[in-house]
Amino acid sequence: MEMISPFLLGLTVFILAVFVGYYVVWKVTPALHSPLMSVTNAISSVIVVGAVLAAGSAQDILTQIFAFGAVVMASINIFGGFVVTRRMLEMFNKKK
Amino acid sequence: MSANLSALSYLISSVCFILALQGLSSAKTSQRGLTFGIVGMLLAVGTTLASPIVSSYGWIISGIIVGGIIGTVIAKKIQMTALPQLVAAFHSLVGLAAVCVAAAALLEPQAFNIGNVGSIAVGSLVEMGLGVAIGAITFTGSVVAFAKLQGLVSGNPLTFTGQHSLNAFLGIGLVVLIGLFAVSESHTLFWAVTFVSLLLGFLLILPIGGADMPVVISMLNSYSGWAAAGIGFTLGNSLLIITGALVGASGAILSYIMCKGMNRSIFNIILGGFGGDQAVASVGGGKEQRPYKAGSAEDAGFIMKNAKSVIIVPGYGMAVAQAQHALREMGDILKNEGVQVRYAIHPVAGRMPGHMNVLLAEANVPYEDVLELEDINRDFAQTDVAFVIGANDVTNPSAKTDPKSPIYGMPILDVDKAKTVLFVKRSMAPGYAGVDNDLFYQDHTLMLFGDAKKMCEEIIKALEE
Repeated sequence: MEMISPFLLGLTVFILAVFVGYYVVWKVTPALHSPLMSVTNAISSVIVVGAVLAAGSAQDILTQIFAFGAVVMASINIFGGFVVTRRMLEMFNKKK
Repeated sequence: MSANLSALSYLISSVCFILALQGLSSAKTSQRGLTFGIVGMLLAVGTTLASPIVSSYGWIISGIIVGGIIGTVIAKKIQMTALPQLVAAFHSLVGLAAVCVAAAALLEPQAFNIGNVGSIAVGSLVEMGLGVAIGAITFTGSVVAFAKLQGLVSGNPLTFTGQHSLNAFLGIGLVVLIGLFAVSESHTLFWAVTFVSLLLGFLLILPIGGADMPVVISMLNSYSGWAAAGIGFTLGNSLLIITGALVGASGAILSYIMCKGMNRSIFNIILGGFGGDQAVASVGGGKEQRPYKAGSAEDAGFIMKNAKSVIIVPGYGMAVAQAQHALREMGDILKNEGVQVRYAIHPVAGRMPGHMNVLLAEANVPYEDVLELEDINRDFAQTDVAFVIGANDVTNPSAKTDPKSPIYGMPILDVDKAKTVLFVKRSMAPGYAGVDNDLFYQDHTLMLFGDAKKMCEEIIKALEE
């Protein structure tokens, strides 16, 4: 049997995920749009996965620099994004 | 960890991210959602660390520690009024990280299982080119947005002749360069793609005015997602593709909501040049000053104390003056006097989606008292006092009545229907759209001139006497 191109498999996943995102995000209450932004910002830094793969196996010093830079930047985002989102959500859930 | 096991673990991580977004559908479930997000991220990073290709941990661990400390410290210290800048800065980092990952993949493709140097498949190279282009555009675009929000450069739109032709030229050039890069795997062309994209990101955001920032930030949020998805395609990693698509869709929806809140098309905003000094000069110049009534804090206190219901309409001016705490205190005193106090939020109030809601939450305003435009707009007609603080264009009745007005068709809060309108403002200068607001000159409007925070404090003093 002919192999399906990896690009098409990726595209399938991508299109379906766009639809999931579309329906989930419309349900987000407008009051929480700022936390939505900061949390999506944190999770989009999941590209740290690519950075970790490169940093853990790099042979060349230049690759190592790029990979290390990407790990640092993505980590700033992940920690920063989650912490600031938590701060916001705590404000919305304060006890009265 | 075997490839199948990590794929499974990545799948669980993707589901966690979806649940994280779903949790935000209400404040109650939002914190649980955040926990899902953190679990998803831990799982993703843990799985990657366990992958057999990762042989050294020193760089990774130190990178995570350094980044983690910087990120945590910044996020803990940042003032909520500076949130839009922070988010713009974070977006720029996602963009730059995407560029770095793409560069690393080009230099050592074997780490990602996409071939060897000189023999990367054309498809992967196209994906790599797209990923690096979106990443680079996100990076410089967000840096410009950050500089505008932080006040490092003027918030006015910067336009010059031939701007759109230049951008179109660069855009076409970019596509050609990506094509050439994909067939040649030339490192020089890779950096050319990066350079042109950096330039394009810079030029795209430069002409957009400060008050269009809610759209710009949402758009860059979307781009940062697409950049992550692009890198996911390059590396053949479905976790990155799914997450990127979720974030991309989220940013796109927010951009759409913001555009609708201003009744403008996304193209109109990207093409830029709306608002700023020029528009103010052309509309405001040579006009006769119409009569208006100005009042004092004591007048305002007296009117509100004797009202049955007050609706407060906050805007960006409240954020700039850091007036949210004083405003809440004023609201509390009125509530103790038996006045019904509520807050009306326009979708584009502030500099990012939901900006006002966060500031009011920070000041301990109860969640139930804060209402969105469609939920409260009908109530203005039965309200004694509308208290407008730091907002302007979103209350301008000419958006409904004057087809020639630049803001015609924009949904507004029907503040003019309230029995009395109290309008806190620094001076009679028009709002960012450069349009005069008829509301100022109506018989039932009382202008309160001064800084938003000082005015609230003075009203509090007057109420306490």
